[in-house]
Amino acid sequence: MSAPSDTSGDAQEAVIARKTSRGGRAATVLDFATRNGVLVLFVVVFAWLSFASSAFLKPQNIINILNQNAPLAIVATAGTFVIISGGFDLSTGAIFAIANCVAAWVAVTIDPLLGLVAAPIVGAGLGIVNGLIITRFRIHSFLATLATSLMYQSFALFITGGFLITVSETTGFTVLGRGQVGPIYIAIFVLAAFAAVMVVLLNRTTFGRYVVAVGGNEEAALLSGVRVNRIKVGAFALSGLAAGLAGTIEVSRIASAVPTAGSEITLQAIAAIILGGTSIYGGAGAIWRSLVGVYLLALIGNGFNILNANPFFIDLTTGIIIVAAVALSASRRTR
Amino acid sequence: MAEPTVRFRDLSKHFGATRALDNVELDIEQGSVHGLVGQNGAGKSTLGKILTGIYERDSGDFVVFGHPVRRWSPRVALEHGIAMIQQELSLVPELTVAQNVFLGIEEQRLGLLAGRDVARFEELNARAGFRLEPRQRLGDLRFADRQKVEILRALARNAQLIVMDEPTSALTVDEVDHLHQIIARLAADGRTVVYISHFLDQVLRACDRVTTMRDGQIVRTAPASDESEQSLVTAMLGRPMEITFPDRAEPRASQAEMLLRVDHLRARPTVLDVSFEVHAGEIVGLAGLVGSGRSETLRAVFGADPADGGVVEFEATRYDRRSPLRSLQLGIGMIPEDRRGQGLVSTMSVRGNMSLPSIQSFAPWGLVNREKEKQAVARLLRDLSVVPQRVDEDISTLSGGNQQKVMFGKWLGIGPKLLLLDEPTRGIDVGAKRQIYAMIADLAAKGLGVLLVSSELEEVMGLSDQIYLIHAGRTIGKLNPRETTLDQILFRLFGLPSDAQVA
Repeated sequence: MSAPSDTSGDAQEAVIARKTSRGGRAATVLDFATRNGVLVLFVVVFAWLSFASSAFLKPQNIINILNQNAPLAIVATAGTFVIISGGFDLSTGAIFAIANCVAAWVAVTIDPLLGLVAAPIVGAGLGIVNGLIITRFRIHSFLATLATSLMYQSFALFITGGFLITVSETTGFTVLGRGQVGPIYIAIFVLAAFAAVMVVLLNRTTFGRYVVAVGGNEEAALLSGVRVNRIKVGAFALSGLAAGLAGTIEVSRIASAVPTAGSEITLQAIAAIILGGTSIYGGAGAIWRSLVGVYLLALIGNGFNILNANPFFIDLTTGIIIVAAVALSASRRTR
Repeated sequence: MAEPTVRFRDLSKHFGATRALDNVELDIEQGSVHGLVGQNGAGKSTLGKILTGIYERDSGDFVVFGHPVRRWSPRVALEHGIAMIQQELSLVPELTVAQNVFLGIEEQRLGLLAGRDVARFEELNARAGFRLEPRQRLGDLRFADRQKVEILRALARNAQLIVMDEPTSALTVDEVDHLHQIIARLAADGRTVVYISHFLDQVLRACDRVTTMRDGQIVRTAPASDESEQSLVTAMLGRPMEITFPDRAEPRASQAEMLLRVDHLRARPTVLDVSFEVHAGEIVGLAGLVGSGRSETLRAVFGADPADGGVVEFEATRYDRRSPLRSLQLGIGMIPEDRRGQGLVSTMSVRGNMSLPSIQSFAPWGLVNREKEKQAVARLLRDLSVVPQRVDEDISTLSGGNQQKVMFGKWLGIGPKLLLLDEPTRGIDVGAKRQIYAMIADLAAKGLGVLLVSSELEEVMGLSDQIYLIHAGRTIGKLNPRETTLDQILFRLFGLPSDAQVA
């Protein structure tokens, strides 16, 4: 900042001169571990919990973990698109809350099943609003979604008038949240289907390719004919859709809508995505990693639970694990 | 003056395969204004940046104020009293003039700002003979005044040697005169100024001694009074390069279909009035100095930047609402000048980069057929002999030359009719250059139109069928490279009469 200091020129040359060096088996193992840090951690925690507690490996426990975290996992899979595109979505919690209220309100005033369908669509619409604000007004997504989350939050309050909206449990409204096919909850199937679509979208479609290109080098993407703004709006639309769907599952589960629902889901989803090794600088990432990130966080919570450990340390442990995982992948970048 | 302020001995610097400085020996005397001139890429700026610690030298010695230099960085250079005023100024627009001047050297009292900045500032202001308002926000100043702030900043750090890289490129004639007075005052004060510029008349007026550089070497250093614009241009002219250019058939341009016609294009501030034509099968060069608006012309034609005047016609149809996407759909590709910053997506593989503009053609309904994509990329890698021939290789592990081939492959994948090439061989080694020249000639032989911008005039001369000269945002002439010489082009680009005789 001070003095006529460094220019980009020498940094550029340094990068051009960069050589790839690989050495020995230890390096290969280390390379795998840093590349797949989240998976290694997941396996370690999973194995440890299996040893430490006989309750952990019971099918019902596993199914419960999957089911309870399905809404967060849905938000994280779609949120991965936003982060890969180089953006941030801080409004997922607020959209979650709106979906919560919209689903219940429509269920009470019109039709329960229509509520379950309408809320995710409203979520997608709010995501599009995010995207349009970001691209039209050229506002950084961090700021734009921080602002819209306040706006959406107050809409949620407005819809409910500040009260709970309770839906009758006999109407079929709870099918999404409580329904089961055999021993498996429908929410788990919804998550599996949604995640599969996200994986295909990211890896097999032009849209996915463009998201990576926009996050990796926006100027290069633009000069290659990519409609950068449209891609960004698309990523935020997906994130909004997912937040809406997650909020819908949640309200279908408890059959009453709270305007303050989902306040934690925004940061949890971002934490899981980052834990999965998706770069906050954009341009790289994977859906499955975010899923592993979500369930790594879930295992930690579940582990504290079944081991009867002091819950005081849950967030502390989670924080340490995030720092460790991100530091591991940062060491890879700077090498 | 017994001991020179700066003494370079045997100094060398490489960028990848490019030899930027080659055994440079130079003394700069205290209290003198020392000019550095040369063509684009002759090594003037590199020398200035090594002196001020921005670049590190590869080998050689240099001594400043009698101290041999070992560890050297902008900070250490500044501690030794050496400051640089760069082409892109490095000031903070949100701070006031005084705050910028004292940035990093604020007077403190018990950790708080002492608040004497304005008084200190007025002292400097008076010494330099400026009339800057200390409390004005820097961002509100005109460019020339910002430059004065940079000069004050150097003075505030008690700089004894100030390197100015193209200080006048954004100044009006009056402002240039004023800057020269300031420089004379600095020299009279015992300070040394190194003045790097393309404007030879200004160099001759402002400097005591002038060093002419060519291809990273010093041609000669002489008193300014012994030089003329003609003698400088003659000295900076290169020998023919060791690279041979591909033999090309006589252009069929006159009969061939008109591909691109650009008429009075304007894209302010850099492009003012540019007109040219490209026919199918023709290579057209845009020759100009750095900052003449060459690259900006390319970008405005491609639709990467907005234009605010003029007409572009592609295949005899007006092409008005230009965008990269529309250009792509018409069959126009562009390889931008900054490969890493504007061309490649470093987080993607070779395949992802190469198929980016053409991916729609492998993706019915938006679903990418990866087998088809891989085959197409593999074919391009083979045709362009990219090393390594692996479609999923990490793009950042490739050499500069191979990355550039990937950039070509990107656009060849769309089946282009016209390619806009901005510095297609920047920073790549001689062997790769030769391959890229052959590729460009080959593409033209197949009927593509090529528009070429390069800082290396030899390249423009060796490849082009037609050359348009661009000076300060305007086309100032059209030349046939077969009927002209490098000297003549250079004379005209430096704004000298083209018929001037080379001594």
